[in-house]
Amino acid sequence: MNARIKSLREKSLNAVESLTAERALLVTSFYKSIDAQKLSVPVLRARTFEHILANKELFFDEEELIVGERGPHPKITPTYPEICLHSLEDLEILDSREKVSFKADQEMKKAYRDIIIPYWKGKSNRERIMNLMTPEWLTAYQSGIFTEFQEQRAPGHTALGEKGFKTGFRQYLFEIEKVCGSLKENSESSARLVQLEGMRIAAEAMVMYAKRISKMLKDKASLIHDEIRKAEILELSRICNKVPYEAPETFHEALQHYWFMHLGVITEVNPWDSFNPGRLDQHLYPFYKNDIKAGRIDKERARELLQAFWIKFNNHPAPPKVGITALESNTYTDFCLINLGGLNPDGEDAVNELSYIILDVIEEMRILQPGSMVQVSKGNPDEFLQRAIKVIKTGFGQPSIFNTDAIIQELLRHGKDLVDARNGGASGCVESGAFGTECYFLTGYFNLMKILELTLHNGWDPRLKRQVGPETGYPDLFKTFDDFLNAFKKQLEYFINIKIEGNNTIEKTFSDFIPVPFLSLLIEDCIKNAKDYNDGGARYNTSYIQGVGLGSVTDALAAINHQVYVEGNLSFSELLNALEDDFRNHSTLQHELIYNTPKYGNDDDKVDYLASKVFEIFLDAVDGRTSYRGGIYRINMLPTTSHVYFGSVVGATPDGRNAGQPLSEGISPFQGVDMKGPTAVLKSASKIDHLKTGGTLLNQKFAPSFFKNEDSIIKLGALVRSYFKMNGHHIQFNVVDADTLRDAQRYPEKYKDLIVRVAGYSDYFNDLGEDLQNEIIRRTEHKEF
Amino acid sequence: MKALIFDIKRFAIHDGPGIRTTLFFKGCPLICPWCHNPESRNADPQKYNHVDKIGKKEFMSEKTIGTYYTSEQLLNEILKDKIFYIESGGGITCSGGEPLFQYSFLNKFLKECRSEDIHTALDTSGYAEMEIMMKIAPLVDLFLFDIKHLDNARHKRFAGVSNDIILRNFKWLVSTGYNVTARIPVIPGINTEKKYINRLDKYLSDLLCDNFKEIHLLPYHEIGCSKYDKFNIGLIQSFEEPQAELLEEYSLVFKKSGFKTKIGG
Repeated sequence: MNARIKSLREKSLNAVESLTAERALLVTSFYKSIDAQKLSVPVLRARTFEHILANKELFFDEEELIVGERGPHPKITPTYPEICLHSLEDLEILDSREKVSFKADQEMKKAYRDIIIPYWKGKSNRERIMNLMTPEWLTAYQSGIFTEFQEQRAPGHTALGEKGFKTGFRQYLFEIEKVCGSLKENSESSARLVQLEGMRIAAEAMVMYAKRISKMLKDKASLIHDEIRKAEILELSRICNKVPYEAPETFHEALQHYWFMHLGVITEVNPWDSFNPGRLDQHLYPFYKNDIKAGRIDKERARELLQAFWIKFNNHPAPPKVGITALESNTYTDFCLINLGGLNPDGEDAVNELSYIILDVIEEMRILQPGSMVQVSKGNPDEFLQRAIKVIKTGFGQPSIFNTDAIIQELLRHGKDLVDARNGGASGCVESGAFGTECYFLTGYFNLMKILELTLHNGWDPRLKRQVGPETGYPDLFKTFDDFLNAFKKQLEYFINIKIEGNNTIEKTFSDFIPVPFLSLLIEDCIKNAKDYNDGGARYNTSYIQGVGLGSVTDALAAINHQVYVEGNLSFSELLNALEDDFRNHSTLQHELIYNTPKYGNDDDKVDYLASKVFEIFLDAVDGRTSYRGGIYRINMLPTTSHVYFGSVVGATPDGRNAGQPLSEGISPFQGVDMKGPTAVLKSASKIDHLKTGGTLLNQKFAPSFFKNEDSIIKLGALVRSYFKMNGHHIQFNVVDADTLRDAQRYPEKYKDLIVRVAGYSDYFNDLGEDLQNEIIRRTEHKEF
Repeated sequence: MKALIFDIKRFAIHDGPGIRTTLFFKGCPLICPWCHNPESRNADPQKYNHVDKIGKKEFMSEKTIGTYYTSEQLLNEILKDKIFYIESGGGITCSGGEPLFQYSFLNKFLKECRSEDIHTALDTSGYAEMEIMMKIAPLVDLFLFDIKHLDNARHKRFAGVSNDIILRNFKWLVSTGYNVTARIPVIPGINTEKKYINRLDKYLSDLLCDNFKEIHLLPYHEIGCSKYDKFNIGLIQSFEEPQAELLEEYSLVFKKSGFKTKIGG
């Protein structure tokens, strides 16, 4: 890392996350204007976008090589009142909360009090959604059965495809023109023409913004005396005058081109998750090769430009979340992800020189964002996998490893064309998607353990002390374990129906009120279909519901089956008494449940078949259902941080877990119960059918001592390959020993830079809540003496 | 016919090539005081008091160390990880205790592994009748052969048995063409003097050949001491853990002689 990058990196790390009212004020002033009243919604949204880009403060750090900030300064984050209107109290909480805080100054609060809140009160989409939800939905939400992604943030988390890197906006404008021409002037097509009009305005707005930056750079350059730097800034100015209107032709142009698109997507709305450059080593390789050949750049310059690009991601924290949404995913990371490796459209090994250079960049930069994922297919060389493991070994949770062959099969099962599937990858935590052609997003976590708790109480929630689910019978009356499972199934189906019904209403609000004409330009076939991304305009549409607590719920079912039905040494009433007392005065039973009851994660078919059962019940309830925008529902098994929140709303459970404790995460075993080492965990985890999901998450913790020699790295590579042979979707490693983490809890000041793997993403250890820190420490650590 | 096994360790990565499952056979004729697995000596199942903890609360129960397995049961256990053996070039390692102490079972079991195409390693003290060694050797793909001490008097004093038979077996295996890796427990004060290391190097170098070119140094670890208490076995003597420099020095001697060496197996 050279001095310039080191300095930029320091500045990014030291910048304080804070809020700005800039965007909120611009949006408000535009919505209030006379003009706005007359506009159709897509045009209103596009004009608002234009208004922001025409008036926002421009930022340029004199050392930068990639330009453009969403806020007025790195890590200063705008708000999106039309989607989520923060109250003054929210701003207070954000400003003062211990973890993941955002500074909000008096000016910000004043703008909110005097202008933003008075205008948006009752009009934000969050309030609209809450007003539209049924009493059943609200009860389930309050009970902690599911969360809702779109409650505070817009649908996002898609990735740019190859076309996006090769196409200038001039081309999009031309395509829009063409489709407009082909649409007849009848009443049916007027709605579609309005969509296209929005897209046209959005495309032109971004070009205008780039030219604003270009001009600013030119002005800056005139003040610079250092000739070399002056020339560099003028070159940057030239690039911004060219892209995104024209297609990029050089490596540097391609990076800046993407960055404009990224800024556009995260300025238009606050998508969850932000936006992704997709298969970066693939997309950039033609530019890299040409530049090297023409002598425009060398390897070092490519590395420097990539590092400068990395810093731009790190400058942009996720917009602030509050309430339950903050509990399910409280982090600064906005899940921008880089995919590397995998297969090309012909199904051949796609690893290239840039894949390795980017791995070097990841290792050297060691920052929170962007996250990184390596795609590993049978067709990729071991060398690539081993290089990735060596980056993982440095212990900041990146990159995570994905089974490309499984992802392709999942996408084919979801109905994608083979080439679109091969051009796909993963984004968010572990979610499969066809890059550049699919609108796929997470809609909410689903608390499998809460379903079990309701089943035990005939639909009664012991925490809310009221009936929330259907009456499926008191368990002491169930004759067989299958009766119990059937009741579980009924409870689950009831709440999945509520969730999906709610989702559909919410999708409609985004389609009706928050279309995204800018994002629609970038994802095929929104232009062709003259249809917004949020209204099903993309070639493929998928909505995911993410199951949480598989390991815990499997252990709980195994305990019921084993202790109540098979061994017969426990009655339901004894069990329910003990659970109600949170095992106080029932410690012998708790010991029996924890230590002498079979547990998921040990390659024990007696237990693992129950994981498959729960998985299938969940899958059957969700998979293949249709969504409002014509998409299809699929499942994921991943938690972000919701396993901690979900645990906090569930009392003591039959697996011996105390009330309020976190649940297992992803498809990993409950913390500390896997006693037979990683091969047994992988075997257990592979018994569910990963290919029927859109992603599963498996977390394994290894002590640093494990990676001490080349031989262990090769063996770890073989461990990953074996898991993938069994169709495992994804695996990630945390390489940090428990002692270090305990020390970090005691002396956080010494570990400001300690990044750990949470679940599908990495985060600063200090930014995690104490319960999540404890949970990570407890995850079984595999080590060797 | 059943084997008495006291532990099955999956994902063993220091007991031979690739990812392996190591089977620990109970019963050993040697009584090395540095033994990491003292519970392996007695050839019968043994009761011991086991403590589980929930928070600070302790739960005591009587447990048994040592479980009898039929050959079929054991095979089922190791087949669980076959996919990992194939992918990594791994297999199983029979360790102990002394697996040759349960020779008849081992013979049958290793034949079954052969028919399942599973790579087999035998981690042995080498203390067995030559006749037994000759019968078992063709079923073993790799011997991890312990050389504890070359001096017979010291060997007898510490391990409780003569090393004649051990060294004879070692030479026979190497000269007959079986794959052998020598494993040397590094115990400060026992086999770490410069003079001894050179003697050992001379002894092993004379045998260096295509099927014997690797040496593992296994450093003594205090972690084993707690087991003596747990299983109620008198700890006769404790040792110091070898310093990293000593291990490096030790390993360098063999490297110079042309061996591939590894610290920690």
